[in-house]
Amino acid sequence: MALYRAHVLICHGTGCASGGAPKVLEAFKEELAKKGLEKEILVIATGCHGMCEFGPIVVVYPEGTFYSQVKPSDVAEIVEEHLYKGRIVTRLLYKEPLSAQKVCHYKDIPFYGKQHRIVLSNCGYINPDNIDEYISRDGYQALGKCLVEMTPAAVIDEMKKSGLRGRGGGGFPTGMKWGFCAASPGDKKYVICNADEGDPGAFMDRSILEGDPHAVIEGMMIGGYAMGADEGYIYCRAEYPLAIKRLQTAIKNATEYGLLGEDILGTGFNFTLHIKEGAGAFVCGEETALMASIEGQRGMPRARPPFPAVKGLWGKPTNINNVETWANVPRIIVQGAECFAAMGTEKSKGTKVFALTGKVKNTGLVEVPMGITIREIVFEIGGGIIGDKKFKAVQIGGPSGGCLVDEHLDLAVDYESLTAAGAIMGSGGLVVLDEGNCMVDTAKFFLEFTQRESCGKCVPCREGTKKMLDILTRITEGKGVPEDIDRLLYLGNQIKDASLCALGGTAPNPVLTTLKYFRHEYEAHIFDKKCPAGVCQSLLRYSINTEKCIGCTKCARNCPVSCISGKVKEPHVIDQDKCIKCGACMDNCPVGAVVKG
Amino acid sequence: MVVETKQDVRSMVQEITAPWKGKHGGVIPVLQETQKKVGYLSREAMEVVSEELGVPLAELYGVATFYAQFHLKPRGRHIIRVCRGTACHVRGSGKIMDKIMSMLKVKENGTTDDLRFTLEPVACLGCCGLAPVVMIDDDTHGRLTDDEAALQKFLDQYA
Repeated sequence: MALYRAHVLICHGTGCASGGAPKVLEAFKEELAKKGLEKEILVIATGCHGMCEFGPIVVVYPEGTFYSQVKPSDVAEIVEEHLYKGRIVTRLLYKEPLSAQKVCHYKDIPFYGKQHRIVLSNCGYINPDNIDEYISRDGYQALGKCLVEMTPAAVIDEMKKSGLRGRGGGGFPTGMKWGFCAASPGDKKYVICNADEGDPGAFMDRSILEGDPHAVIEGMMIGGYAMGADEGYIYCRAEYPLAIKRLQTAIKNATEYGLLGEDILGTGFNFTLHIKEGAGAFVCGEETALMASIEGQRGMPRARPPFPAVKGLWGKPTNINNVETWANVPRIIVQGAECFAAMGTEKSKGTKVFALTGKVKNTGLVEVPMGITIREIVFEIGGGIIGDKKFKAVQIGGPSGGCLVDEHLDLAVDYESLTAAGAIMGSGGLVVLDEGNCMVDTAKFFLEFTQRESCGKCVPCREGTKKMLDILTRITEGKGVPEDIDRLLYLGNQIKDASLCALGGTAPNPVLTTLKYFRHEYEAHIFDKKCPAGVCQSLLRYSINTEKCIGCTKCARNCPVSCISGKVKEPHVIDQDKCIKCGACMDNCPVGAVVKG
Repeated sequence: MVVETKQDVRSMVQEITAPWKGKHGGVIPVLQETQKKVGYLSREAMEVVSEELGVPLAELYGVATFYAQFHLKPRGRHIIRVCRGTACHVRGSGKIMDKIMSMLKVKENGTTDDLRFTLEPVACLGCCGLAPVVMIDDDTHGRLTDDEAALQKFLDQYA
């Protein structure tokens, strides 16, 4: 490999790429060529750095200088000042939201300070399209160790000792799951990677696949060796074209290196890997539905047992793990189970990647040790609430999850504590809500999603979620009746008990937990016909403050239904019967005389 | 992308199905490829897939209508996907959807009369840091507002 005096790493995760990272990369190449520095400085497109809010992100090594929101027009200055003259471009450094200080180095940014990046250790550091860079970071060393030094049983033992649990949401111990599949009789077995990440607000798996695809591939091969499977499938959402492209490149390169295919590393172990593109059905994240989809059928879950470990894909023993679980495997083998088990809480080991989004200052991807508190995630890593509004809740675990409120801020996050609080770990979506979010509207949003995605097999899920949604819609429109709360509770519990798969089994959770912690908001909608957060449109009322109104007629001219009357230079009035509550008057008023409430 | 005659469709679909004959698991990849080439899953195309793979038409129809990705009607040249994931929802994607609907005079999942745009909601595009997000074809556009002039400028890029 050629030697370079500096590396310029440009994030090409989806966030930064859509923010213009490819153009920034082009500009760097151009500027460096102009200065004749292209042989001294290497420009690399990397996977996600996790700080999507501040993209496109550029990191310059060896110093680790962290530039945020870099535009192509900034590149000439970085090349001239930093790379040519050695002076850091302070203007483009990341500004820490809490202290408003500029932070120079990657490692000093508080967003990363509390994190413990194991699964994400390569994301944003290596070029995901270059297998050599993965190998130079101990890549495929774990595979070699397993194939040469360890028996399949020893690999499974190591996984059991590590305490790794399924990161897709269920939290089932991975070593035990592998043990079941390994013990299943049969000469043909499959391993599957579940990359059908469909939870709204979650993008962990996407970033791992885009930033470090080889880790997932290596993990699957180790699993294949341990369980006696020689074929694997990665079932990836079609909505993730970049992840699919990077996986294709990774598989191609690994095959060329003899790391995939026949007689791998001369040990007689064979393994082939296929990518299956999903076709847009959330329920396919459920393992039996996912297998049906690979087989080319409608993706509908079936009853278990038989479990996939006994009768899975095409009737053969099959093991399914999610992206993050597979990506943990090589690290556990290389660093040892003890090292992994030393992190986390008693029953939940290692780290968890969360997609931190919503009303928080630093949105992005964070990897933290199990046992960290919600307060640390939201206020220290996340930098607190946008506009310093009041924290209201975090919605964790996506449409299957629930809300955590003030009293849970110091809860140590692990599988058990979250379940006890009425939420779930889920796949790791963490959406922060502030006082401006209506909880009834939030619950309705999640239910709309699960209702639409219900596959229709079980009546309680298919019809029940629809009825619940009707009730919620009615409540947000101000037509709720007093019995509605009891009806929601009754229906919710029935749907949970009577559905076959986890989609129906968890769909009522957002409603049930918001009812538990925010019952007063439901009551305000039903009894007082008011939305305390001012979100539910039908319950809003716009009026004009006659003292402030200057009679400019702007509101009347912009009203789409002409319901505002008044003479020039005299206070105007809104006809409440005709008003459609679009808010155009409020947006257009130059003096803030229109009030909502 | 636009296929003219029935014969074209037949030979095109036959080409797509050929590598999957006698193998299992081909239904979804074949339908995906067919849709990509033909633009949508026309009755003619589905009939050829059924014949070639030996899968009953009813079963193919069942699969095609189950997944959100498949379309049985012609679609616009450009697909606008308005994200309604959680993060986008709380940052106002609903208003953007309403605005684009009124600008293009289409409903959700509708196609403009000139076949220029098809407007769809999508569960989550996975770039929540940029919320609210709209994807047009393969381009992701983030941090949008419901300002009509800005949206118009942004739609004008797609002829």
